[in-house]
Amino acid sequence: MTNGADTLLLRTVGLSKIFRGDGVSVPALRGVDLALHPGEFAAVIGPSGSGKSTLLHMAGGLEPPTSGEIWLNGQRVDGLSQARWAKLRRRHIGFVFQFFNLVSNMTVADNVELAALMGGATRRQARHRREELLAELGLAGKADAAPARLSGGEQQRVALARAMANRPSLLLADEPTGNLDSAASQAVLRLLATAHADGQAILLVTHDARVASAADRVISLFDGTVIDDAPMVLPRLPASPETSAARPRVRAPLSDVLKLRG
Amino acid sequence: MRMPLLALLAKEPAHGYELKAQLEKVFGEAYPSPNIGQIYVTLQRLERDGLVRSQDVVQTTRPNKRVYELTDAGREALLTWVDRPSDGPRVRDDFFMKLALSERAGASDRLGLINRQRRHYLSQMRALTELMATSDRRIPQLLIEGAMLHLQADLDWLQRCQEEMV
Repeated sequence: MTNGADTLLLRTVGLSKIFRGDGVSVPALRGVDLALHPGEFAAVIGPSGSGKSTLLHMAGGLEPPTSGEIWLNGQRVDGLSQARWAKLRRRHIGFVFQFFNLVSNMTVADNVELAALMGGATRRQARHRREELLAELGLAGKADAAPARLSGGEQQRVALARAMANRPSLLLADEPTGNLDSAASQAVLRLLATAHADGQAILLVTHDARVASAADRVISLFDGTVIDDAPMVLPRLPASPETSAARPRVRAPLSDVLKLRG
Repeated sequence: MRMPLLALLAKEPAHGYELKAQLEKVFGEAYPSPNIGQIYVTLQRLERDGLVRSQDVVQTTRPNKRVYELTDAGREALLTWVDRPSDGPRVRDDFFMKLALSERAGASDRLGLINRQRRHYLSQMRALTELMATSDRRIPQLLIEGAMLHLQADLDWLQRCQEEMV
């Protein structure tokens, strides 16, 4: 490994994936090099079929790469068995999907506690962590409900609580707002931003520019390759006396977007 | 800005600074507030066109102020504007002009152009999100939400341009 690379949380080198079937080969990812630092929040955007979900799934060991390397916390993991990957995920990785994937015959509380227990927490720690997370996500009153009784937005918040239960060093989110209305999306987005502010590293795949713009960094995929990878430039807003004091880093006009017509 | 000024004057006469303050109050921070010079120039033109009239109000401790009020013709112009549907799609897009003419302009790196534009749109989206978080009134919030939806459409279009032109 090169100098400095061992301080990375996630690193991929020449990561490629070719889906094969019926004599046809479909390349989904073609040699992606990616480096994510601890605590970093990166969004991956791109059209359908650009390889963004494949990248995320491979980073979490849900899908083996065809070629290339994956390093997690300085350890090479692309060759791990499924069992070793599962263990790694339980301890170090949180996953959030578009369709929540909660265990339907367990209560909300048990869904979250199970993840903490599997991550190595004691029963007592798991209960405490669950109470803490559900309270933070505004779901304390739903602890004993079945997931199906909850709205989509609430289920996604439970899924987020579950993903965070083992205090993962890396949170992987695949279109977490893809199935939510605008208000529920905003709530999930706020939670991700709060988790990130607390030091949580996040790699998030999204179609939604608003969600992507919450990240520190935006990676654009097209046709299985990275076509752009840039830090988010912090916005500049129109200065008025009260806001420039409250938000010192924002300054210039948005007049090209906000024009009253007529 | 002509018609919004007429609309503000429909309720009661006002002077330039009051109109500027009212615009800012209704639309909130996201709206690029016109400077006072633009407002006075617009009011002068509205007066020249017979849509408003003005008179000087004498103030003892400060300079006189010019108060504007709507004329009948102004009220009619306002109602016509309110009743008429507004144009939707924007076919004169500055970025698209650059992209389509980039080769002739001697800049052939279209992907670079698109990437820079995408970053800029995303940064604007971030700015709007932050503004939305500080806004608690319905009209400014809806203005911001509309701007966000337009930005999302601009980004989707950028994607299409990239697919077809790069």
